Formats: sequence, C-alpha cells, structure tokens
Amino acid sequence: MTSFTTKYIEIQGVEQTFKTRKGPFRALQNINLTVAKGEFVALIGHSGCGKSTLLNLIAGLTTPTEGSLLCANREIAGPGPERAVVFQNHSLLPWLTCFENVYLAVERVFSATENKAQLKARTDAALAMVGLSAAAQKRPGEISGGMKQRVGIARALSMEPKVLLLDEPFGALDALTRAKLQDELLQIVATTQSTVVMVTHDVDEAVLLSDRIVMMTNGPSATIGEVLQVELPRPRSRVALAEDIRYLGYRKAVIDFLYTRQGHVEKAA
Amino acid sequence: MVSAVFHNPLEAAPAARGGDKPKARDAGPAPLAATHNMTNTSTTPPAAQAAAPAMPARAPWDASFLWLAVLPPLLGLGLLALVWELVFMGTGGSIPSPKDTLLQAAQIFSDPFYSKGPNDQGVGWNVLSSLKRVAMGFGMAAVVGIPVGFMIGRFNFLSRMFNPLISLLRPVSPLAWLPIGLLVFKGANPAAIWTIFICSIWPMIINTAVGVQRVPQDYMNVARVLNLSEWKIVTKILFPAVLPYMLTGVRLAVGTAWLVIVAAEMLTGGVGIGFWVWDEWNNLNVKNIIIAIFVIGIVGLVLEFALIKLATAFTFEEVKN
Repeated sequence: MTSFTTKYIEIQGVEQTFKTRKGPFRALQNINLTVAKGEFVALIGHSGCGKSTLLNLIAGLTTPTEGSLLCANREIAGPGPERAVVFQNHSLLPWLTCFENVYLAVERVFSATENKAQLKARTDAALAMVGLSAAAQKRPGEISGGMKQRVGIARALSMEPKVLLLDEPFGALDALTRAKLQDELLQIVATTQSTVVMVTHDVDEAVLLSDRIVMMTNGPSATIGEVLQVELPRPRSRVALAEDIRYLGYRKAVIDFLYTRQGHVEKAA
Repeated sequence: MVSAVFHNPLEAAPAARGGDKPKARDAGPAPLAATHNMTNTSTTPPAAQAAAPAMPARAPWDASFLWLAVLPPLLGLGLLALVWELVFMGTGGSIPSPKDTLLQAAQIFSDPFYSKGPNDQGVGWNVLSSLKRVAMGFGMAAVVGIPVGFMIGRFNFLSRMFNPLISLLRPVSPLAWLPIGLLVFKGANPAAIWTIFICSIWPMIINTAVGVQRVPQDYMNVARVLNLSEWKIVTKILFPAVLPYMLTGVRLAVGTAWLVIVAAEMLTGGVGIGFWVWDEWNNLNVKNIIIAIFVIGIVGLVLEFALIKLATAFTFEEVKN
C-alpha cells in the first residue's frame, strides 16, 4: 500500500453560496480536504449534498464564495486542461466523430509542441486505451452509452492531465457496463498513476476504486462528515473482493454513514 | 387488422410463384405471417424464410407502403377534384372544371418560356423572376439576420436592447413596408425585394438567437475545460449547435417570403407569378388563375421540402432529443 504524503490538491475553508430568488443558498461550508499526488479519492453523499458543486470548484468551473483551492501550490483560478473533467452525461460534441472529439482536446494541449502526426498518434493511443480504435470514425449518436462514456474518458486522459475529475461518470449506465468500465478505469489509473477525484453515489464503486472515501453530510450547508481510508491492496479484483472481510467492512462503514446517520437528517429536513 | 386483411392476397401471390412445395406449406401460416409482419417489417418471418428463401421479403412491406403512403394522398387529391367538380357544376361554369383547367395547363406548360413583351411572358419566366426576387431579398436578410441573431443570442445586453424593437416590428405585415420601399428605392423591383427582406429577417434573427441561447451548458463547459479559443468555440461548438435552429429560421423565412412575394407583385406589377395572377384576373381568365394557384403551391412545397431535407442532414441525434 503506497502512502500519500505530498499535498497536491488543497482545499481550505471553502464555502459556496448561490444566489437564488429566495435569497442566498449555502450549498457547501467549511470544506477542508487535501488530495495527494496519485491518490484516488471518491466523494460520496446523498443527491443534492454538493458533491458535484465541490468537483466543479476543483475543476475551476465555479469560484468559491470563501476559502481557497490550490492545485500544485497554485490557486485554481479557472478551468484548464491540467484538470480534465469527465462529465456525467459524457458531453461529447455530436457533430464530431469520436476521433475528432478527442483530437480537439489533444490539439489544444499539444499543438504548440508537436506536429500533426504526433497529435494523431496521441488521439489514436487514447482511443486504443479505452478499447475504441474501431469506433474512431463513428459519431457519438452511433455508439452505445458505455462507449460514449469511454470516449469521454479518452478525451480527458489524452490531455495527460495532472488531475482527473470524474463527475458520476458511470451513473447513467447499466450495472454490467458500469462494472466493466470501473475495471477498465482501475487498470488505466494503475498505468497512468493519475490523481483522481470522483463523485459517485455508488457505495461499491467508491470502495472498489478509491484510496480514500470522503463522505459528505446532507445539504444545505453540506460539509465533509467523515473520511474513510480504504486500505485494500492493488491491483484489486472485483470477484476476489466480493467476499473479502475488509471490503465488506468498508462497505458497511459507508452504508452506515449514508443511511443510518445521514438518513435521519433527510427525514428531519 | 385492416392491413392484415390487406396483406393476405399479396402474401399468397409470391408464394404461389415460388413453386409447388412452398405453396403447400405457406397456405397454413400465411395469415399469421401477415399479422406478424405488421409489427416487424424489417425482418422476414421465420416461417416464410424457411419455406421459401427466394420469396421477396419486401412484398408485405410494399403492401403496407401502398396502403399508407400512396392511397391516402391519392384519395385526398381525388376529394379535391370532386369538390372542384361540384363547385364547377354549382356555379354554372364561372369556375372552370378540373378537366378544362388540366387541358389549359397542358397548353401553358408546353411552352413555359416564351416572351412577347414585358406583359406577356411564359409561366416559367414568371416563376423564375418571382424566385429571383425571393432569393435576393432572402439572401440579404440571411446576410444581415444570422450575424445579428448570433450577437443577440451571445450578449444579454444586445438581447435586451433589440427585443423591444423586434417585438414591435415583427407583427407588422411586410406589405405595409412596400410604400417605404417604393419611396426609398424609387422602383417596383427593389421595393418588392425590400418587402421580402423585411419579412424574412425576423424568423432568422429570432431562431438564430434562440439557438445560441440554447447551446447546452455542457458543451460550453467542455469548451471551458479544454480552454478552447474563441474561434474554436464558434466553429466547433456554437455554429454546429445553432445550425438546426438557423435552418428552421431559414425555412420559416422562405415560407413567408413565398407567401408575401405573390401579394407584393400584385401591387408592383412587372413580371412574376403574383403579377401573372393579377393580369389573368384582369383578363378574366380563371383557368390560368387556378393554374397559378397550383404552381405557387407546388413551388412552395418544393422549397419547404428541400429545406427540411437540408435541416435533417445537419441535425445530429443529441440535438434532436
């Protein structure tokens, strides 16, 4: 088990308030979290607890009302290719082929230093990594939901980002496809040693994939309730872990947090 | 069930052609196969496939095609002819009969491009000069309207600035602008083009602006995460996303323009299908007026159809949903 000591992403005292017609709405408050280089962190919580809001803050798509976010000791001022996002609904451009969708990202990041052949090779490599070389010339409308999500992951990885941000990447997929993509993601992350922050509402997904699970309390004014260190050896196998006593223990801990302790808050609200 | 009954004789016919053995086997399951085919036209029913591989799989599909796609429109046209014939008989011949009109049409279309001076030209020339006016007025409206629509859609300030103007001017009948056109351009032809310009520009501005405002936030987030340049945003995201809306605007504009040109030409004169209608009214040649109505309808139909085809080609699945 590798230990993560270096601070890579630092979130300090972050608060996020949205202006609504009914007055200000405080979505997040007092968020403090550090993510080490190469670490896989899952954000889990009930819907509406601000998981995605936190991810958008790390992505730089929104700016916090208070507090600060640092990535590699530099303030996160806006979105950028070094923090690639895989969106929940894949967000591929439907008028471009899979190749062109990935190429758009590759071109943006590497066109200053590399020639066209190299950019094409990078695009092909990214598509090959997610097993979609054959579908490169197809449009998103012509491929399945799982394949679209894989193209989204290929697009994110092709930029060689410092941080990979996944916003419920497999939420819209069926259980079998989801399991397959989770396994693929495990392999890819093992190869690329990426730093990953993933939003999920799937307990098994969180335990299977991550080094740490950040459990969030219910909104409004959501904050980090508990952080669970997942010390399962890698590479992890879904089948072997299914009966692993530690795996079941972690699973129980997360379920306990979500349904026993945070379940009550939702009833009261 | 009506189509199932309709299927049966046709289903049996190719089977008979297929030979003696398949015929004997097909006689039993034929009605079943016919009903089966109603729900699943793309695949051959397993029974038919096994029994007669040579049997054309399209036969039952053709039958339903005939039933739904050919017969009802023909009946509709037949109804029109019937009503027309009744009107002809009821008005004692002041409205010409379909048959006489058809004969007259055959004569007119035998020589559509003759020219005997400015007031007596073939129907082809009249349609072409109307289309030319529409194309010019409409083209100018597109050149002005689409960029304006983009700007209004992209910048909230401009949207708020122009919305009252558009709301005020859009409901005005384009023909009300004809005198202004005559005054400013001092000619019938430019005034007609000006009228077309005015009536075409609103749908294009509004649809383009709405299209820009409705570009999914997800696509814009992609642009922000990838840090795309403004040029890439416009060419790779905004333009393709707005194109279907824009083409809807173009289609509405062309439709309105074709409606308006007839009226404008009646007022301005010259050569054109609208003028032709008015001229034939002055000659009390009702047959030609009816022919003109059909010509106007068919040209409008063709324009509409072509633009719908164009719009479908540029609309991608995600946008359609």
